[in-house]
Formats: sequence, C-alpha cells, structure tokens
Amino acid sequence: MVEHFEDSPQATATLDPAGERIPTVVVDDAHIIYRVHQGAAGGTTPVAALRRLVKRTNAPNVREVHAVKGISFTAYRGEAIGLIGSNGSGKSTILRAIAGLLPVNRGAIYTQGQPSLLGVNAALLNDLSGERNVVLGCLAMGMHPDEVAQQAAGIIDFSGINERGDFASLPMRTYSSGMAARLRFSIAAAKRHDVLLIDEALATGDKGFRKRSEQRVRELREGAGTVFLVSHQLSSVRDTCERTIWLESGVLRMDGPTDEVIRAYEAYANSK
Amino acid sequence: MATTALVDPETGLTQAQLAARHGLRVAGERPSLAEYSRRLWAYRHFIAAYANAKLVASYSNAKLGQLWQVLTPLTNAAVYYLIFGVVLAQNSIPNFIAYLTTGLFIFNFTQSAVLAGTQSISSNLGMIRALHFPRATLPLSTTMTQFQQLLASMVVLIGIVLATGEPITLEWLLLVPALLLQAVFNAGVVLLVARMGAKASDLKQVMPFILRTWMYGSGVLYSVSLFDRLPGWATTLVQFNPMLVYIELARYVLLEQAPLLNESLTQLWLVGAGWALVAGIGGFIYFWRGEQEYGRG
Repeated sequence: MVEHFEDSPQATATLDPAGERIPTVVVDDAHIIYRVHQGAAGGTTPVAALRRLVKRTNAPNVREVHAVKGISFTAYRGEAIGLIGSNGSGKSTILRAIAGLLPVNRGAIYTQGQPSLLGVNAALLNDLSGERNVVLGCLAMGMHPDEVAQQAAGIIDFSGINERGDFASLPMRTYSSGMAARLRFSIAAAKRHDVLLIDEALATGDKGFRKRSEQRVRELREGAGTVFLVSHQLSSVRDTCERTIWLESGVLRMDGPTDEVIRAYEAYANSK
Repeated sequence: MATTALVDPETGLTQAQLAARHGLRVAGERPSLAEYSRRLWAYRHFIAAYANAKLVASYSNAKLGQLWQVLTPLTNAAVYYLIFGVVLAQNSIPNFIAYLTTGLFIFNFTQSAVLAGTQSISSNLGMIRALHFPRATLPLSTTMTQFQQLLASMVVLIGIVLATGEPITLEWLLLVPALLLQAVFNAGVVLLVARMGAKASDLKQVMPFILRTWMYGSGVLYSVSLFDRLPGWATTLVQFNPMLVYIELARYVLLEQAPLLNESLTQLWLVGAGWALVAGIGGFIYFWRGEQEYGRG
C-alpha cells in the first residue's frame, strides 16, 4: 500500500529552461540484499573453519538480509527530503546505495554528479590535529589546496570546536564524540554538493550547533542541491524537510509533504 | 509494489527514461581507465597530504617523534650486524656492514609498503564510506609514506657507507633512478595487495611469511654467491627476482667490491625497469577494476 502525494513541493524546486523540475536522484524499483556476518554466533572453531575449507561451503555465520524491497522515487533539485521509519527499515541502506557504496541487486539508482554521504562514524585520522583533518578532509572531497587554505578557518569556526579553548590544534582522539561529529559535519558541509546524504549526523551536536547546521542545510538546498536527511528526531525532519519518505521493512509506505507523512507515522508508531 | 510509481506524473516517462533524459548516471559506476587516471591526477595534492599526515601520525605517540624515522633503520642495521656480522661472522664479503644495510634498507622499503598496503583499504573504511575519491589514492599514499621513510634511511645508509670507507663517485647519482624504479614497482605491488587485502582479510596474517621468504630469496643477509650453488634454473629465477635486482642495483652503485649475482649491469637495469613497468601498469589496472567494490559489504 503506497500512497502518493504528487502535489509535493513545487515552489522550492528549481526548474530547467523547459520549465521541468530537474531530477537529481532517480530510484527505480531498487532491491538491496546484503550479507551480514553474525560474528561468533557459531561455527567459528578452527575445526569448523577447516571443514568449511574442505567442503567449500560458505561460512554459516553469513546471512542474507533483504533490506530494501523495491523502492521507487524521484528527488529533484532544491528539495530536502526526510527519511523516517523504525530501526532496520532500510533508511541507511538506501542512502548508502544512492552514494554508490552498496550495489542494487535489482532495479537501478541514477544520480546526478556524485552524492556525498555524511554519517556519524565517518572517521578521519584520530592521531592528527583538527586543523590537519580539515585540510585532509577538504582535499579528499576534491578541493584545490588554495581553496582549502581559504576555507579552513571558516570550517573550524562553524564547527565551534574552539569555543572552549584551542582544540583545533589538538589531536582528534582528544575530542568528545559530539565535537568530532561537529567537525566532520562542518568539513562535509564546506563544499557544494549536488546531492548530500545526511545519516543521523545532526543528532550529535548541541542545540546551538544544530541550529547552525540546519541553517547550513537550507543554504545547501538553495544552492540547487538535494539533501536527504535520515533522522529519528522528527522535529529536525520537520524543520529542514518539506518532503518526507517513510520506509517500513524495506518497503516505501508513504511519500509526501512532511506534515502528513509524520502524522501518519506517529499514528502508526503509537498504535504498535 | 505500485507500478504507477515508475512513471513520472509530469512527463509520463519511466524512471529510467527520466534519468536518461536529464543525463543522470548509475550510482557507483566505475569510470573509464582514462577518466580514472585523470581524476587520480587531480587528487595528487590529497595523496601527498595524506602520505605526510600518516607519517606524522605514526610517530605522534612517541616521545622522540620523527627521530624514529632515522633510529628505526639504525637499530635494525645494528641488530642484523650483530647476528650476521659478528656472531655468524661471514668474512668473505668485503665491507659486510655496508653490504648488509644496503640490502636491508632497500628490501625494507618494499616490505613495509606491502605490509601497509595490504591494509590500506581496510584501515580506511570510515573514510571510504564517507567520502568519494579515487580509492587508488590510498595505496599510492601508503607507498609515498614508505618512500619518505626510505629517504630517511638512505641518509643513514650513506652515512654508513661513507664511514666504512667507500669513496664517493659519480655513480652514486644512479641511486636516484634505481630508487624511483623500485618506487614504481612498489606502487604496483601495493595496488595489487590492497585490492586483494580488501576482500580477503586473512591476507594480513599470511603476508609476513611471504615477505620473509622473499627476503631470504633476495640475498639481503648473506652473500649472493650462495645462490650459485642452486640448480641452474633456480639461479635464473633468483636473478629475475625484482627485489634482488633493486638491491643489486643499489649495491652496484654505492659499493666498490660487493659480490653481485647479475654480472651484466645492462641486464640489471632492463630487468629493474621491466618489473617497474609490469607491476606499475598491471597493479593499477587490477586495482581500478575493483574500484566500485571498496568499502562495500
């Protein structure tokens, strides 16, 4: 049962010369199956491993998970789209597939340019100072060294890691988890992305930072980008996204204006 | 599954047609080899910065810091000299200490590059999953970090060679192309093991044994004249061992009377250049073919 609200936000979407909305991400009936390692769930003794080698069977502790079961939607330029759903509903999986990090087993995902995925555990080099991490992160996003030199101070200001003393010159391993997450977001947000995928990355900051980052997400959208936001904080989805997609058990439940989708989702979550 | 979802309401196109009309590309598609090389070139600043950062980070917890870059090869040389020069005294080689350290440092360049390269994908998964960049930058910067380490050990080596009474000759300049050939060879091998190590994490456990075997087959610790006792085909095999070739090149350049397995210098240079070319191009293509797999799973 899929409900569609096709009068979704026209006002904010950027149009091409022909007056048509420009798609940035097209997901066409995507199925994603990935294999998970169950860890030490059994069959991990040396004898069992040898037997597997001899019999040429796959490790028994690998299980296939059909995480996304045929999702289709189109995202346009200038849209901010929230992705909501219970844990394990396939939100993060679909983001990783859009970023090109997971293959689709059936169907296809088309993207404009290279989407960037921003997750909470995007590790940089913990032994290096925040400043050096800024330079490295920017270079890794393909910036020119001159551009990096221009932006570095702004990125550190934005992250607010220097609010309590000079942390930027300390190694990142000395940062609190919130500080590290803020710095990572600031680095990723320094570049103009065609498509930015944010996976719970805004949840870690404090209130002041959350305000700043929500503002930054709006700016990125106005710069003709598309932003996807996965979050369990419905308020943050409500504040930044005008369109929301609700996934449940790998199936698209609802796609439409944020208010309506969140209302339906809340009713569903409360009735469980 | 609602089939209506496949048709765009405004234009009446299917999703695939819509994507094609606006020039969208399949997510995570592998670029062509030429395009990939071009992107890699655009990332040269990143490779240099990352190599540097790794070098700094590797000593960040040590009190003596960067000094270890020189101390590590020195200590290594001292230990091997104690065993192979004093305890097992082999007097047949003139200037054994210089002979030994040359082989040791040259081999160590490849050894540490390959060891680090095996993990260059798996130890950077966080970055790979977060940012999009040509993945070959990682193994290449690993090679570059080791190259910088090599330069430090070369300073130590030249000190040892001079202290043991070898004369400075114009031939020493040939050390530069010899090391560059080895660096290209290493980059190729590192690209190869990086892709293999990304899939099979067991490789990390096996690699030290492979490398040790390789070391014994490269005449690092003893006189290469020992290889003459092998049957003919095995000697030929050892002669074409790339590591032996690079070590012999360095020994030929720096030392006056080092025993060499390869008599012909031209052959040494040709084999050295050939290996660099084969490994460099082969490793690059092999790594590129796996580009879209890194960080998945």
